[in-house]
Amino acid sequence: MSEPSKIVKTIASIIFPFTMVFGIYVILHGHLTPGGGFQGGAIVASGIVLLLVAFGSAEIAKRVKESHLSILESIGALSFISLALLGLSTTFFYNFLAGSNFIFGRIPPFGSNPGDMNTGGVLPLMNISVGLKVIAGLSAIVLVLSLFARSRKQRKR
Amino acid sequence: MPFQEIINIVLPLMIVASAVIVVALKDLLAAAIALAVMSLLLSLEFYMLHAPDVAIAEAGVGACLTTAILIFAIKATRRMEDGR
Repeated sequence: MSEPSKIVKTIASIIFPFTMVFGIYVILHGHLTPGGGFQGGAIVASGIVLLLVAFGSAEIAKRVKESHLSILESIGALSFISLALLGLSTTFFYNFLAGSNFIFGRIPPFGSNPGDMNTGGVLPLMNISVGLKVIAGLSAIVLVLSLFARSRKQRKR
Repeated sequence: MPFQEIINIVLPLMIVASAVIVVALKDLLAAAIALAVMSLLLSLEFYMLHAPDVAIAEAGVGACLTTAILIFAIKATRRMEDGR
């Protein structure tokens, strides 16, 4: 299979920032709108995979190492578990930030409202850590697969 | 007939049609793209059934990541007509 054409590369580099912004929006608004950590992470990872398909795995593997993605994934899992453990003075997964007027700590107004970003307590932070883990995991899967396919093809030649 | 009911009848038919196209196509790359189309229509159907959460996950994972994995797998193979 030949190298992707200039049209594919140009369209991919135009669409990529919009995909990133939409994915991060879905992650950050996980406690207000449909979506959350997994959905937003899948969108961001699909943007990275778009670059991987358009520009080839060799170009991306120069900038993103698989070990870096592995570190990012571990950071996501560890921050999720440590946020759950921080509420252990009451129960596991206790929402200790809600109503504390600290970060994400405001109490939402009563009745129907457009939605306040600064609410939810510990849930947005957990959405962010799940999003980090999903981004790193899904991109690492496709990156390793593409590198393996490429090395296998070179060996055949 | 209201618009929503028409959509709810037409969309499953289109999903089944694109799934049949996936099986019928001989070219593997074209079949992978048809599978992505089927996944996209399925996510639209999830949205029509009031499950936007599942629709976003299906659009991200089914339409994009699965297609990319299939394309990389097809890249590592060779067409039978080209000989060896």
